[in-house]
Amino acid sequence: MKMQMVAAFAGLVLLLTASTSHAEQSIEQVYGVYCVQCHGLNRNGTGINVPSLSVKPRDHTDAKSMGDSSDEELTKAITEGGLAVNKSVLMPTWGHVLSEEQIKGLVKYLRQVCKCGT
Amino acid sequence: MKGLLLAVAGLTAAFLSSASAADKLDPSCSGCHALVKPTDTSLDRLLTRKGPDLWFAGSEFNKDWLVSWLQDPKPIHPAGYPYFKTIKKGEKNDVPDPSKITPHPKLNKADAEAAAEALMNLKAPADLVPAGAFKGDMKGARMGALAFVKFRGCVACHQGENGQGGLSGPELTDAGTRLQPDFIAAYITDPQRFDPHIWMPTSNLKDLDIQRLTAFLVQLGQGDK
Repeated sequence: MKMQMVAAFAGLVLLLTASTSHAEQSIEQVYGVYCVQCHGLNRNGTGINVPSLSVKPRDHTDAKSMGDSSDEELTKAITEGGLAVNKSVLMPTWGHVLSEEQIKGLVKYLRQVCKCGT
Repeated sequence: MKGLLLAVAGLTAAFLSSASAADKLDPSCSGCHALVKPTDTSLDRLLTRKGPDLWFAGSEFNKDWLVSWLQDPKPIHPAGYPYFKTIKKGEKNDVPDPSKITPHPKLNKADAEAAAEALMNLKAPADLVPAGAFKGDMKGARMGALAFVKFRGCVACHQGENGQGGLSGPELTDAGTRLQPDFIAAYITDPQRFDPHIWMPTSNLKDLDIQRLTAFLVQLGQGDK
């Protein structure tokens, strides 16, 4: 009985770990599809579109500058675009394309990338 | 009840006709392109896709352009497709990785004409590309150019006038010869209605903006016409 309980518990832990890492992987994929075009594979504002941009995209690895933005501001920027947070129109509105959950996940992911903030 | 049956019959006929139009294309086309509206609308499908969907090609492209492009297929997506699988880190910024970009096969004239004919039969439903979505006012083109480059930032991802612009979206330097005006207007309005997770944002543009942008794109690549 004890063995069975341990096995069941181990299984549960494995399941949880797997689902967490899958969620993280898919947020990284979301970043990789939508954000990388401007913010870049290095996440530091050096995407493939950069040479044609009049305003440099945000460096997501910059702990100082990213640390100055609250989660609310980041959420608003992603959802409603740069203009909504007094930044460039070149940051588009993603609220129609991404789900609230994905945007929440992206904000959390940005905190990992910048190693900063809440 | 009768109405429902008619609707089902109509839908089935539409599905079968697009399926049979798709059958007329070389089977290798469907290896990279969806020729029938996909039932899988997940992000995973976008991640594993090798080429753009063509199930609405007959409402998207101009036939003459298709015939000539299929014989001499210059890249439409300057950084490859999908861009996020065909780029690499560069010195200053990410760059296309030619080793990951597969050129489109070249067809001879007869095959190109047959393929273009079959593609033109792959029509979008009327509510996806409504006839008259572009109202035809070309006077808005100049304001459209400003919107493209400045106010709406389309240039961030698309090459427009003089080939200037970003690389993650399809080039639009010859949009006017390649694309149908109603398609341009409908696509800008809501790209995700065509392609649920496509990496082009929906910008909630007002119709005036959409008309102006479409006018600008329609005259791109058409010389001084």
